Amino acid sequence: MSYVVCRVAALGARTMNQPALFPARAMRAARSGALIGAVVALGALLGGCNAVVLDPAGDVAKQQANLVVISTVLMLLIIVPVMALTVLFAWRYRQSNKEARYEPEWDHSTQLELLIWAAPLLIIICLGAITWTSTHLLDPYRPVSRVAKDQPVPADARPLEVEVVALDWKWLFIYPEYGIATVNELAAPVDRPINFRITSSSVMNSFYIPALAGQIYAMPGMETKLHAVLNKAGNYEGFSANYSGAGFSGMRFRFHGLDDVGFAAWVAKARAEKDRLDRKAYLELERPSENVPVRRFAAVDADLYDAVVNMCVEPGKMCMSEMMAIDAKGGLGKEGIRNVRQLTYDKHARRGAVLAPQPMMVGAVCAPPQPVKQAAAERPAPTGAPLTGAGLPRPGVIGGPPRASADAVVPRANNS
Amino acid sequence: MADTSLTMTQSGAPRFHLEEEHHHAEGGSTMLGFWIYLMSDCLIFAILFACYGVLGGNYAAGPSPRDLFDLPLVALNTTMLLFSSITYGFAMLAMEKGAIGRTQGWLAITGLFGAAFLGIELYEFAHLIHEGATPQRSAFLSSFFTLVGTHGLHVTFGIVWLVTLMVQVARRGLIPANRRRLMCLSLFWHFLDVIWIGVFTFVYLMGMLR
Amino acid sequence: MTVESTMENQYAALSPIFGRLSLESLPLHEPILVATFAAVALGSIALVGALTYFRLWGYLWKEWFTTVDHKRIGIMYMILGLVMLLRGFADAVMMRLQQAMAFNGSEGYLTAHHYDQVFTAHGVIMIFFVAMPFVTGLMNYVVPLQIGARDVSFPYLNNFSFWMTTAGAVLVMFSLFIGEFARTGWLAYPPLSNIGYSPDVGVDYYIWALQIAGVGTLLSGVNLVATIVKMRAPGMSMMKMPVFTWTALCTNVLIVAAFPVLTAVMALLSLDRYVGTNFFTNDFGGSPMMYVNLIWIWGHPEVYILILPLFGVFSEVTSTFTGKRLFGYTSMVYATVVITILSYIVWLHHFFTMGSGASVNSFFGITTMVISIPTGAKLFNWLFTMYRGRIRFELPMMWTVAFMLTFVVGGMTGVLLAVPPADFVLHNSLFLIAHFHNVIIGGVLFGLFAAINYWFPKAFGFRLDPFWGKVSFWAWVVGFWLAFMPLYVLGLMGVTRRMRVFDDPSLQIWFVIAAFGAALIAIGIAAMLVQFAVSYLKRDQLRDTTGDPWNGRTLEWSTSSPPPDYNFAFTPVIHDLDAWYDMKSRGYVRPTGGYRPIHMPKNTGTGVILAALSLGCGFGLVWYIWWLAALSFAGVLAVAIGHSFNYKRDFYIPAETVEKTEDERTRLLAAGA
Repeated sequence: MSYVVCRVAALGARTMNQPALFPARAMRAARSGALIGAVVALGALLGGCNAVVLDPAGDVAKQQANLVVISTVLMLLIIVPVMALTVLFAWRYRQSNKEARYEPEWDHSTQLELLIWAAPLLIIICLGAITWTSTHLLDPYRPVSRVAKDQPVPADARPLEVEVVALDWKWLFIYPEYGIATVNELAAPVDRPINFRITSSSVMNSFYIPALAGQIYAMPGMETKLHAVLNKAGNYEGFSANYSGAGFSGMRFRFHGLDDVGFAAWVAKARAEKDRLDRKAYLELERPSENVPVRRFAAVDADLYDAVVNMCVEPGKMCMSEMMAIDAKGGLGKEGIRNVRQLTYDKHARRGAVLAPQPMMVGAVCAPPQPVKQAAAERPAPTGAPLTGAGLPRPGVIGGPPRASADAVVPRANNS
Repeated sequence: MADTSLTMTQSGAPRFHLEEEHHHAEGGSTMLGFWIYLMSDCLIFAILFACYGVLGGNYAAGPSPRDLFDLPLVALNTTMLLFSSITYGFAMLAMEKGAIGRTQGWLAITGLFGAAFLGIELYEFAHLIHEGATPQRSAFLSSFFTLVGTHGLHVTFGIVWLVTLMVQVARRGLIPANRRRLMCLSLFWHFLDVIWIGVFTFVYLMGMLR
Repeated sequence: MTVESTMENQYAALSPIFGRLSLESLPLHEPILVATFAAVALGSIALVGALTYFRLWGYLWKEWFTTVDHKRIGIMYMILGLVMLLRGFADAVMMRLQQAMAFNGSEGYLTAHHYDQVFTAHGVIMIFFVAMPFVTGLMNYVVPLQIGARDVSFPYLNNFSFWMTTAGAVLVMFSLFIGEFARTGWLAYPPLSNIGYSPDVGVDYYIWALQIAGVGTLLSGVNLVATIVKMRAPGMSMMKMPVFTWTALCTNVLIVAAFPVLTAVMALLSLDRYVGTNFFTNDFGGSPMMYVNLIWIWGHPEVYILILPLFGVFSEVTSTFTGKRLFGYTSMVYATVVITILSYIVWLHHFFTMGSGASVNSFFGITTMVISIPTGAKLFNWLFTMYRGRIRFELPMMWTVAFMLTFVVGGMTGVLLAVPPADFVLHNSLFLIAHFHNVIIGGVLFGLFAAINYWFPKAFGFRLDPFWGKVSFWAWVVGFWLAFMPLYVLGLMGVTRRMRVFDDPSLQIWFVIAAFGAALIAIGIAAMLVQFAVSYLKRDQLRDTTGDPWNGRTLEWSTSSPPPDYNFAFTPVIHDLDAWYDMKSRGYVRPTGGYRPIHMPKNTGTGVILAALSLGCGFGLVWYIWWLAALSFAGVLAVAIGHSFNYKRDFYIPAETVEKTEDERTRLLAAGA
């Protein structure tokens, strides 16, 4: 390999010293120049700059990086000969080279055609096999089975649970185990598996810490999952990898990989704060803001994340889990039609569509469904007075406790 | 096209051009072109069906098909459209015989059936909206109104086209251009019928079973 | 609750005459836009003045705007593509500058409001209004000539299609100076593109521009499929069709089978935005994921719509300039067909990160990789066409070799991105940006430049100046590598796309290199414009009197340059794949008498009028000017119906005219020989 590269580079250097007077030579120079460019870029890459994707600090990302390298090498098996042959043929069969054979009618060779279909096919069969296994092994929904190479997860290890909410335009991290929450700062102990549950409050984002593991979308009303483990202490970067509006560029956070003592101290620091993240504070926090500094909350409402996933933090709004459970049973019938309320709050300057009635939301119901009149009476007065019942606790879901049924009903974001 | 009389002279030497003006029959591609267009239209409906398939169960704690649909009315509606297809067929038969009067008569009846279909559909929509089951109420209703409404819009354009063609036939008679146009509209009309059978089965009948 | 009261009164303020259009809609506070507007306005005034002064309006209207000649329509498509390329490239330069500057606490020179429009407009314009018109124009010009036809199946529809595409482009250009364009990214994913998060006119401009242009694209697809199926010269069986015509057929099948999906999705998004339905909303059971799936069911075939015709171009060019039959014609055709079919079952690879299961992800990953097999076979076919050939390195061939060396890299990174776990770390990164620019610039644009240099003498009767062509070539090729290799590197450094400002100063050098690459590409574009101008000035030296400047192999080279209105005085009869080469090698003698009157379609202004009305309708809908939208729509219906009452749409070119034209050519040929 390196021999070939050196040969080509030498060739390129020689041709580049001559003025590219006539096209065939010029073409060759371009080709060599391109290759040199690629080699130089690769060299610089491996040498100087911080290619975090190829040299990450987490086991999952490391396996993904290996896969990138293996796939590339596998494809180079065919790409390099093709490029070399292109250069060779272009040079050898140039018009001025009268010594080369010229067969204007030659247009078919069964062996060659078999070869040119079979060669890429073989590569793709190999790559396809790798793809199938690696996609299953590195499925972000699959709990990590090892901390690092040859180091399985200890049987008694308890993964760190982190609930992630993409807000406009900052990240909220909730640690249910510790009852704390942070904005735009994430921390985790080294070598302890982390289970992320990810959602968004408004638009689509993508949760990505290149040093830790691949990304996964954060979507409103849905929950995605990511399992990862960090192997090296350090201060890493995380961000949204899916454009989400005006403040997108500033939607970044630091991810601290700490030892156990450091992590405990980090948790303690959050606990020492005064702020408490309840629904009201969340609704404030949720409003669009840009380049938000780190914030810490000493306590979090236990059901807040579920309410966020189910898009019912707003008072009086029906939770998705509840709605889906109702829909699965065939809806609420005509009585359900009137069970909507004026949307009195929204994160953006949300407007209804121009040709539609007021923006609405589906009202929360206490099972069993109310008759029409009662439901109608529950609608807010047109004066715009504050809603009554806004402070009521979130109603339970028909047929089960909220948490359990939320897990059962809220689907994994799935296209199949 | 593989006819050797075209490609060879009588002496067997290859012929490289035609002496006579080569005639692509006037409008020879029209039916093919229109068919391709219909297939692309079919894809639009495919997407709308797919949307209904995915979103059709999302009632947003509102009404489901069973609460809303009035099957006898829809069956009547379906009958109107099926009859209109049959009468269009009669119009085409009359056209083949060159009978302008009968062609026009059957076309008019087809148009009336189409209009009846539209009238019933509009009544159904108005009734639903009056009850509060608007397209905004749930994803199910959005996809229902859009799928059925898009079909209805097609029927509306079909009727506009039909009237236009009747005027043209009245003015010019059953000249080849008009016959070709009637054939195209025929394809279009039957196509809408097929789509409606899909709608009736997939949306209404299966909706009631949900 | 003030929020509620603003919600109630949001649309009470709509003016019955101007909708939501007001003086505030004009971006007078954006100096860049004001300057651009001034420049464009001055340029337009100069252009209109010149056209009036030289009394060219009548000529333009009669000979060009209302023409149904596929050749002129093809040329107009190419001009549209070129003009929009300048706009799209200006956006690209602005992005490169912003990203090269916005470090060390600098916000760069663009606000988020402006920058987000710039990258959205760049993507939309480059795909819909640069690549699509170029490709459609090329097919329009070349296909009828290659199959020995006088015109396309539906010449009037062809004119209409062109003007609808133009109307879409004009609507996008309106958004530059009246209101704003979408700030959503080029595919406008909801919920971001829904009314709640994008309440302004930007997304509406996007929707209606795409809808109007989409009508044009779809109809031109129908037209070309029918043309290729029905209008081939006698003797040209499917397996004797030139490869470019084959790729054009597959592309147009893709257009017909993919664009309706876009139309439907845009319609649903507009219903969400205008009527308040819940297809892609967060609430009321809507599903944003549905949109992402549907748009990519259109979007992936779209990239093959763009690249396939250029694969055809490379085949023609390679075969011509190596002076050799194309190697493996049959496998080339099958490869094209296989790619066409496979392009429909790979769409999910655009969002492996949306949480699909491992089996679904790997299925779509593997189908994606499978596409590289026929594509690889194609590359080998070009390679073995060069093998034992006599390669003349004219500009088209130079572009082809540059393509082969560039495209394989883009293909490789594409397959890499098709491995789902690899995609998890590279998705939405600058690596992805580098990848698709690598295949679109290295494939589509290089192919277009090959095609332009190849067929230009056919269209205008003189060759393009090779010196400025080579300047453009080197600037483009080197500029491309310089502009996009850094993006591959940045992608591996974990930098994501659509960022406006950066924290990490170590990234800046790569963005600066990329900006230099963009500057080189700018030189490439300028050199190309100079090439056109110089070639026009030196047209007598560069004149092609033979009609066959490259020793071509397919039928278009058998006519004069430029071809007469009727293309062929006598319908050719085909015996071989390389029909013209076959005719030349078997001593075909061009007939010089016995002409017959030729049946041709008449020009019509209906297409222009319908497109103008559609533009009015779109503009009315964007700004909620309901009367304008309704009137324009009624106008469209009335004009279309009125047009159907015109039965006299054809005429005969008299035999004497044909004789005069052909005698002129006989004289030229004799003088040249």
